[in-house]
Amino acid sequence: MENTAVKNPAQKKVNLSLKQYGMVLALIAVYLIFAVITGGKNLAPMTVNNIIMQNGYVIILAVGMLLCVLTGNVDLGVGSVVATCGAVAGTLIVDFGVSSPVAMLASLAVGALFGAFVGFFVSKLEIPPFIVTLATMLMGRGLCYVILQAQTKGPLPDSYTWVSTGFLPTIKVGGVDMICIAVAVVIAVFVVLGDLRAQAVAKKNGLPTVHTWQLAVKDIVIIGIEGFFFYKLGCYNGIPIMLILVAIVVAIYHFITTQTVAGRQIYAMGGNAKAARLSGINTQKVFFWVYANMGLLCGLAGIVLSARNASATPKAGDGFEMDAIASCYIGGAATSGGVGTIVGAVVGAFIMGILNIGMSLAGFDTNVQKIVKGAVLLGAVTVDLLSKRKKG
Amino acid sequence: MAEYILEMNHIVKEFSGVRALDDVNFKVRQGEIMAICGENGAGKSTLMNVLSGVYPYGEYSGDIVYRGETCKFHSIRDSEKKGIVIIHQELALSPYLSIAENVFIGNERKHNGVIDWTETRREAQKLLERVGLGHENVNVPVNSLGVGKQQLIEIAKALGKKADLLILDEPTAALNDQESKQLLDLMLQLKAQGMTCIIISHKLNEISYVADSITIIRDGHTIETLQKGTDDFSEERIIKGMVGRELTNRYPKREDCKIGDVIFEVKNWNVYHPDDANRQMLKDINIKVRAGEVVGLAGLMGAGRTELAMSIFGRTYGQKFSGDICINGKKAEIKSVQDAINHKLAYVSEDRKTYGLILIDSIKFNMTLSALRKFFSRKGVVDQSQEAVKAEEYRHRINVKTNTVEQAVGSLSGGNQQKVVLAKWMLTQPDVLILDEPTRGIDVGAKYEIYTVINELAKSGKAIIIISSEMPEIIGTCDRTYVLNEGEIAGELVGSEMTQEAIMGKIMAHNNRKGEL
Repeated sequence: MENTAVKNPAQKKVNLSLKQYGMVLALIAVYLIFAVITGGKNLAPMTVNNIIMQNGYVIILAVGMLLCVLTGNVDLGVGSVVATCGAVAGTLIVDFGVSSPVAMLASLAVGALFGAFVGFFVSKLEIPPFIVTLATMLMGRGLCYVILQAQTKGPLPDSYTWVSTGFLPTIKVGGVDMICIAVAVVIAVFVVLGDLRAQAVAKKNGLPTVHTWQLAVKDIVIIGIEGFFFYKLGCYNGIPIMLILVAIVVAIYHFITTQTVAGRQIYAMGGNAKAARLSGINTQKVFFWVYANMGLLCGLAGIVLSARNASATPKAGDGFEMDAIASCYIGGAATSGGVGTIVGAVVGAFIMGILNIGMSLAGFDTNVQKIVKGAVLLGAVTVDLLSKRKKG
Repeated sequence: MAEYILEMNHIVKEFSGVRALDDVNFKVRQGEIMAICGENGAGKSTLMNVLSGVYPYGEYSGDIVYRGETCKFHSIRDSEKKGIVIIHQELALSPYLSIAENVFIGNERKHNGVIDWTETRREAQKLLERVGLGHENVNVPVNSLGVGKQQLIEIAKALGKKADLLILDEPTAALNDQESKQLLDLMLQLKAQGMTCIIISHKLNEISYVADSITIIRDGHTIETLQKGTDDFSEERIIKGMVGRELTNRYPKREDCKIGDVIFEVKNWNVYHPDDANRQMLKDINIKVRAGEVVGLAGLMGAGRTELAMSIFGRTYGQKFSGDICINGKKAEIKSVQDAINHKLAYVSEDRKTYGLILIDSIKFNMTLSALRKFFSRKGVVDQSQEAVKAEEYRHRINVKTNTVEQAVGSLSGGNQQKVVLAKWMLTQPDVLILDEPTRGIDVGAKYEIYTVINELAKSGKAIIIISSEMPEIIGTCDRTYVLNEGEIAGELVGSEMTQEAIMGKIMAHNNRKGEL
């Protein structure tokens, strides 16, 4: 093969796109602001632990929602489907004495079924997703009340709640869990090695490379954040099972969206469905799987939520779809589709989570909390769009 | 000076450091039609945006003198108040509103903020008569008209704004020959009534037909202004000004190209309209293409050329298909675009922005999109370094003018976008390429480069089908052409038989035959 490096002997250097990391900076800013407001309460190890414990389901849903948002649509049924999935699992355990693993599988199956139902209508019958998922939002909520007979089912056994409340074993040295520290170090090494490898590949192929000092700054910031996070977890109970679960989900979907043909097809379809179809992409199939997948992740979120509450309640998951959608948009996804990243959505979910916890600690009224969250969503998207407009 | 209605003096416009316009000067006489010519990216549209106030006063430097008065427009409304109205390349009509509503959109006939519908319709009717559409009902939605008539509605809209200076940006880009002629004649008629026009067009024959003077722009500079009567108005002369050199042959010669066996054949192909199962769109089509051969599909708009191409290409148009497609002598089942790609078929669509490209994504993303599964992935995982290398290779090979393959295709000029679409399909390694209007709306230089690529492809033994509304293009590039008319093959012309007269002759003869039945 012809190597273009020969034609391009002078290695070009480019700047790191700051906009890509703008939301990470916003995340740090929000966190620090609340550190001041709450007098450092949100720096406590338990609070840091709760950021992940209380927001695991939002992150899981935001990941699935991002795929819907990439197609230029949303899924409004998420909250109701999460509640229904939790209700099925809770009822199976409490009323039918089913074992926890089976109940969990049932929750995933119900979620996937809902997703396939939506997927069938959107892809085969070409009904707008907004309408189909508005329908599942109503149907799911109703179904949930019917299953639970409008009552709370609980308590759920430890073998079930373990998912959302358990921790890995710890090896504490001087009050800090060494497993957490080890994980933090491993991640730091991967971050640095990953960048070095990317630079080497770019160099080999004669593509422009990023300025080294900029990469160093980026890596220091990222390692600083994850180091802080794991240190705090280490000071508390160690690594939560929830974190592992969320990390696996995020890693899988990050891989799918950035490295696979399937991921490309979602982006292509969201960018221009007609062109994608004429490029050999089966857009109906993509649409189906995006929504079926959203359903599956609702099943997972249903388990996580009911496990955390140790019960299934008919009101569970109310408004979750909005949190998930907001996370995607705060994370830089475009309403028109085709633009957005899993990492962005996760950062968006963290911003929402830090806001929630920070405001609770600061003693904000729940109604005021909603006003602030709305304002943050609007502000983040406005800043994002305005900065893009200037460039164009 | 009363003679000149408009003077643009020393106009400079920069976009983040890049000079799109660099000291542009020209003058337009009262009551003339002036044409502005230049390659894509020469700065024509930017210039018109400066003139009409899209880029407000202060964002450019230089003077706009209109009727002896220096103007400082802050928006389109300011320039429209003075009587300068621009009609953009893309139609600015709201499809579901009526003709009357569209004619007065943004310029409503109203009293105390309430729209006077009687006056609106009456005035709209008058304006339609002025543009030769007097027989149309002003109450029907504008999308019930064809593109040609919609373009005339745009002009009626401009007249409703009491335009003295009409700017038309590529008004005939989407029109067929007959519609274009009608529009150009209307311009001449308006001129006779005292209207001044500026027209931007790539179609040089149209310019020589209507223009009184031609201003040529190249790389943001005004190069020269040619006057009718004193200067040479031939296409060669204009092209020389535009590209800065003589382009002796607009169609590069294909040398040492061996024509082989028939590798692509369509037999007794019948297709019905996608929304109307009783309306037959294509009737008993038979075509053959040999390896290394370039075959044209000529015909008027609506003859069914694009429909034929798309129905072959994975049944992306129509329903109730019958007939066979044979590749290398073997019958091929092509029911989806994926099937078509697997059978080494490629289709470069006529509308690159809607059907060809994902504008928000990068050159690399677009180039590898169709070939991703087959050539750039293993078990569904994309091989990104291979992808980057190939995209870079094709960027050089077909000369896409950009610094990096990471650039969004939406920011490229039309010619470069077309090259990206072409590269996208070359990367699928096809045997048969169908190119639908491969040079629509792109400048002469880029056209030449695309023809060169087509020649290379033919030399490497590909079968190529070119659909084009520009007959000289078919004649200049093809070995042979089929003439389509009303969904049927009206005739076939080989080599030197191909002339504009012969193509039109086939169409006329076919119409007459149909008339007799």
